[in-house]
Amino acid sequence: MNQTQNHPRTSAPLLGMSKAHFARRKITNIVMLSLTGAATVLAIIPLLWITLYVTIQGSRFLNIEFFTQLPTPVGVPGGGIVNAIVGTGLVVGVACVIAIPVAIIGAFFAADYPNTPLGLAIRFGTDVLSGIPSIVMGIFAYTIIVLPQRRFSAFAAGVALAIIMLPLVLRTTEEMLKLVPRGLREGSLALGASNWKTSVQVLLPAALNGVVTGIMLAIARAAGEAAPMLFTAFGSTGLVTDLNESTATLPHTIYIYAMSPFKDWQEKAWAAALVLIALVLGLNILARALTWWRARQMGLNY
Amino acid sequence: MAVATSQFTLKEIKHRLRHGDTIFDALTLIAGSLALLTVLAIGWQLWQESHLTRQAFGWELIFSADWDPYGDKFGALPFIYGTLQTSLLALVIALPLGLGISIFLAELATPWLSRTLGFLVELLAAVPSVIYGLWGVYVFAPTIVKPIGETLNSIAGFIPLFAGSVSPQYSRLAASLILAVMILPTISAVSRDVFQAIPRAQREAALALGATHWEMIWQVLIPYGLSGILGAVILGLGRALGETMAVTMVIGNNYNLTASILEPGSTMSAIIASQFGEASSIDLFRSALIEIGLILFFITLVLNLFARLLVWRVARRVPSEMRV
Repeated sequence: MNQTQNHPRTSAPLLGMSKAHFARRKITNIVMLSLTGAATVLAIIPLLWITLYVTIQGSRFLNIEFFTQLPTPVGVPGGGIVNAIVGTGLVVGVACVIAIPVAIIGAFFAADYPNTPLGLAIRFGTDVLSGIPSIVMGIFAYTIIVLPQRRFSAFAAGVALAIIMLPLVLRTTEEMLKLVPRGLREGSLALGASNWKTSVQVLLPAALNGVVTGIMLAIARAAGEAAPMLFTAFGSTGLVTDLNESTATLPHTIYIYAMSPFKDWQEKAWAAALVLIALVLGLNILARALTWWRARQMGLNY
Repeated sequence: MAVATSQFTLKEIKHRLRHGDTIFDALTLIAGSLALLTVLAIGWQLWQESHLTRQAFGWELIFSADWDPYGDKFGALPFIYGTLQTSLLALVIALPLGLGISIFLAELATPWLSRTLGFLVELLAAVPSVIYGLWGVYVFAPTIVKPIGETLNSIAGFIPLFAGSVSPQYSRLAASLILAVMILPTISAVSRDVFQAIPRAQREAALALGATHWEMIWQVLIPYGLSGILGAVILGLGRALGETMAVTMVIGNNYNLTASILEPGSTMSAIIASQFGEASSIDLFRSALIEIGLILFFITLVLNLFARLLVWRVARRVPSEMRV
C-alpha cells in the first residue's frame, strides 16, 4: 500500500514531516508486515517438523505385526499394540454414544432460542465446559465411576471423553442449524409441520454434513487425549473384552513407552505416535476436505 | 387483544402438546443444560472428594512449599508456581507471534493463502498433546531448548530466573516453549476472528488519513479489537494452565521450589498426572491431588468466564456476526 506515493509533497513540510520521516514510516511498515508473515511461517515449522519426524521414526518400526499382535515385555522383539488400537476405538465409541445424541438435541435449544436467558446460559455453559482442562474431566470421571466401583474401566474413560466431545459437537451443530436458510424452516411450517418435525426432518438433514464434520473433529480430539486415561482406562496388556475392565489406549501407550527407560519401548512409542497422528490429522484433513467440497456443491466461493 | 394473539392461549398449548413441540422443547432444554450441569457437577465432585486435605490442611496446601506425600506433607506451592511460570512465559512468547499470524491471515494474505496457512496453524492444535511431549523430550529439547538455555545462562546467569545448567531433556523452559506452540492456534484463531469483525470503515478511514498499512493495524485495528484480543490471550492462558501430557513429559518432575526456568520443575497438572497412580490407594494423598485439580478447575473456570464475557462484549459492540 503506497498511499504516500501520490501524496502532494508540499503538504508534508506544513505538517512538520520530513522526507526522512516518510521513509521511516514506510520502512516500519514493510518490516512489521514482513514480520507477521515470518511469524506465520515460524508457527508452521513445528507442525511440519513433528509430522515428518514422527513419520520417519515411526515407519522404521511399523509392520503388520504392530497392528495385530499384543505387546511384548521389554527386551522381547516383535509384538504390537492391537490392544491399544482396539481400546481407543472402544473408548471413543462409548464417548460418541453418550455425547452425540445429547449434543445434537441440546443444540436445537441453543439454536432455536439464541437470545433468551436459557439459550444464552446453555451456550455460555458449553463454552465454559470446553475450556476446562481434560485432566479435570479425568479426575471427575474417576470420582463418579472408578472410586465407587473400585476398578478402572473403559466405561469411565468413555464418560471422560464424552464430556470433552459434548461442547465441541453441540457448538458446531448449533452453528450448522443456524446456517440452514430460513425459507426452508418457514416452508416446512407453512405446510403444517409442527416445530419438532421441522427440526428433525428438515433442519437436521439440511445441517447434517456440517454436523458430521464437527463429530469427526471431536473424535479426533478425543482419540488423542491421554490425560484422562491415567485416571480411567488406566492401561492393560491384554485385549479389552468388557466395558468394566481397564484397557490400553493409543495416547496412554505412547506416554508409557516414551517415558520408559527401555530403548525398544521408546522405538515403539514413535511407531504408535505415527498411528495416532495419522488418525488425528487424517480426520482433520478429511473434515476440512468435506467442508470445502460441500461449499463448492453449494456454489459458494470458499 | 394481546391475549388473543399470544402464543400461549389454551388452544395454542393444546395444539402444541398434540404435536409434541412442548416435549421436544423440554428434551432439547434438558440436553442443552447438561453441559452447564456438568460444569457444576465437576466442581461439586472435586470439592467433595478433596475434603480430607481441605479439613486437615486448609490454606496450607496452597502456601506451603513442602511436598512429601509419604510424610503427610502436601504443599502445592512449587506446582502452582511452576504452572504460572510456564504458562505466563508461554503467553509472552505466543502473544506477539499469534497476533502477527492473525494480522497476516486477516489483513495481508490473499483468501487462498489465508485459508491454507490458517488451516495449517489450526492443525497445530489438532496434534495430540502426548505427541508434543514425545517430540519435545527426544527432539525439541536437545536441539533447540538446550542451546537457547545455555545462551540465556551465559548472558543473564546472575539473575536467579536464568541460573543453573540446562538438562538436554527436562526443563521449565522446554515446557514453556512447547506450551507456546500449543496455544498459538488459540490466540491466532480468536484474534483473527476479532480482526475480521472490525468494520471496513475503520480501515478505510485510517488509510484515507494517510496512515500506512501497519499504522492502520497498530493504531486503529488493535485498539479497536483490544478486548477481543485480551479474550484470546486469556483463552490461550487457560489452555496453557491445564495442559498436561506434553508438560509432564518435558518438565522433569522436580518437586522443589526453585526459581530458574532452566531447571526441571513441575506444574499442577503434571504432579497430578505423574503421581496419581501411587496416590489412588492412599486416601490423604489422593485427596491432595484432587484438591490441586480443584484449584486448577477453579482458575480455568474463572479465566474462561472472564474471557467469554470479553469476547462476547466485542461481539455485541460490533454489529456484524462474530462468534468464538
